Amino acid sequence: MGDVLTGTPDSATRAAAEAVARQSYGKLVAYLASRSRDVAAAEDALSEAFASALGEWPHHGVPDKPEAWLLTVARRKVLDSGRRARTRDAAIPDLRLIAEEAASKDECMPEIPDERLALMFACAHPAIDENVRAPLMLQTILGFDAAAIASAFLVAPATMGQRLVRAKQKIKRAGIPFRLPDHADLEERLEAVLEAIYATFTEGWSDPTGTETRQRNLAEEGIWLGRLVVSLLPEEAEAQGLLALMLYAEARRAARRDAEGNYIPLAEQDTTCWDVTLIQEGEHLLRTASRRGKTGRYQLEAAIQSAHVVRRQTGRSDWIAIEGLYDVLHIMTGSPVVAINRAVAIAETRGPAAALQALDALRDDPRLKEYQPYWAAQADLLARAGRTSEAAGAYQLAVGLEPDPAIRRFLLRRCAALSSLQPSLSD
Amino acid sequence: MKYMLLIFNDEAKMKAVPKDEPNKMMPAYTAYTEAMRTAGILRGGERLQYGSNATTIRVADGKTKVLNGPYIEAKEQLAGFYLIDVADLDSALSWAARCPAASTGVVEVRPVWEMY
Repeated sequence: MGDVLTGTPDSATRAAAEAVARQSYGKLVAYLASRSRDVAAAEDALSEAFASALGEWPHHGVPDKPEAWLLTVARRKVLDSGRRARTRDAAIPDLRLIAEEAASKDECMPEIPDERLALMFACAHPAIDENVRAPLMLQTILGFDAAAIASAFLVAPATMGQRLVRAKQKIKRAGIPFRLPDHADLEERLEAVLEAIYATFTEGWSDPTGTETRQRNLAEEGIWLGRLVVSLLPEEAEAQGLLALMLYAEARRAARRDAEGNYIPLAEQDTTCWDVTLIQEGEHLLRTASRRGKTGRYQLEAAIQSAHVVRRQTGRSDWIAIEGLYDVLHIMTGSPVVAINRAVAIAETRGPAAALQALDALRDDPRLKEYQPYWAAQADLLARAGRTSEAAGAYQLAVGLEPDPAIRRFLLRRCAALSSLQPSLSD
Repeated sequence: MKYMLLIFNDEAKMKAVPKDEPNKMMPAYTAYTEAMRTAGILRGGERLQYGSNATTIRVADGKTKVLNGPYIEAKEQLAGFYLIDVADLDSALSWAARCPAASTGVVEVRPVWEMY
C-alpha cells in the first residue's frame, strides 16, 4: 500500500496492522463511496484515518473491530472537513452522505458489507478509459498512491494523477453505479474486471530493466485482486482460470533468471526452482473451474501452463495438449500472439518446417513487424530448420526490438551460437 | 440522475428516402417514447430539423456573427434528444441502446450538470 503505509517500521505488530489495513482499505472506500459515488472524498476521509491507525496500532495493538475504529475516525475527518468546507456548498451533500454511512456503522454493528466487487465493476466500467481501469483498482482497492502506480505503469506521475482524478470524476458525474451488473451484462463486464487484474499482474511480470523487480512487483497485487474476485464470485470459472494462470506464472518466477540475472527460457528452466505450492493451487483452481463447464480464454491459457508444468514429473511438456489448446484459443481470440505460440508448439509436435509454415500465415500482419516474440520465434525455428543465415537476420531484428537487457543478451547468445550449429544438431 | 440522450444520424441517408414513402422509423420512435413515458423516466424530447436549417451565432468584440448551418459540419448531425431521469449510468445506457437511433446512427449519453 503506497501512501497510507509509510511511516516508522515496527516489526510484527506493524505487519499485523498493515495486514488489517490492506484488507480494510478497499472495503471501506467501497462502502463509503457506494451511495455518494464520490471515491475521492471517501479516500480523503480514509487516508487520514489510516494514517492515525498506523501511528497508533503498532503501539496499542490492533483494536477488536479495526474497521469500526477506522470508520469512526474517518467520520470525524469528514465532519471536520465538512465544517471547513461549509462555504463550498456543493461538496456538503456528499460529505454528509459519507458521514451518515460511517455513523450508521461505527457502533455495535455486525460486518460492514463488502462492496469491493461493486467498486471493481465501477473501476472497469466500459465508460472508464481502458488504460486507467487497472490503476484505478490499485488505488481504490489497495490504496496505492498515484506516484507508485505511475512508476509501475511507466507513465509520468502527473499524467497518472490526472487520469485517476478524471476517472473518479467520471464515476461521480456520469453516475457509474456501484453494483454488480445485471445478469445479461455480467459476463462482458467481468471480462473487463479480469482484464484489468491481468494487466496489473503482467505489468509486474514483465520487468524490462530487471533491476526494480521488488519496487515494481505488481504481480503479487494482481494475484491478490484475483483471489479477491474468486472469493467474491465463486461461481465464475473464468475468474478461477485467471487466478490459476497467474499462479502458474508466479510459480516460475525464481526460475526465470540465473544468479547473474540472465534470462532463462521456459524450456530450459530448472523445474526444482518452481514453486510447488503455487502450482498445486493453480491445478486445483483449474479443475474446479473446468467442472463448471464454461470455458474461456483464461482457463485455456491456464491449461496451457498446466501442460507445461507436467515437465516437473515427465521431463517434457505435453506439447500435443499445448498445440490443441492453442488451436482452440486461436479460434476463440484470433490473436496473432496466440498464433505465434501455436507455431512454437507445432515445432515440438511436427518439427520446425511445419512450424515455419504456420508462422508464414502471419507474415503480412502489420502488428507483428515490431513484435519481438514473432522474430525470436522465427529465428529459433529457422535455426532449427538449418536456415542459419536467415535465422541470424531474424535474431538481429528481435534483439533490436527487445527492451529487456537480459533477454537481449539471451538472444545475442543464441545468435552467436548459430555459426557453430549444424542442422543435424538443431533438435 | 438526469441524462440527455443526444441522437446523431446521417442526414444524407435520411434525405435519400423518397418523400412519398412512409417514414419507417416513426412507429419505432413512437413505441420507444411511449415506453419511456410508461416507465416514468421521460422528462422531455424533440426531433430536430436538418442541420442545413440550423443557424450558428457568435458574439465577439460586440459584433454578432451569424453563420448559416450547424456548428459542426459532420456527416452525422444532431437529430434529436430525450431528457430522462434514471438511477444511474447503466440504466441510462440501456435506455439509450433501445433508442431506434442507436441502430441507425449513434446516441451520446450525457449526464446533466446538476445544480444544488
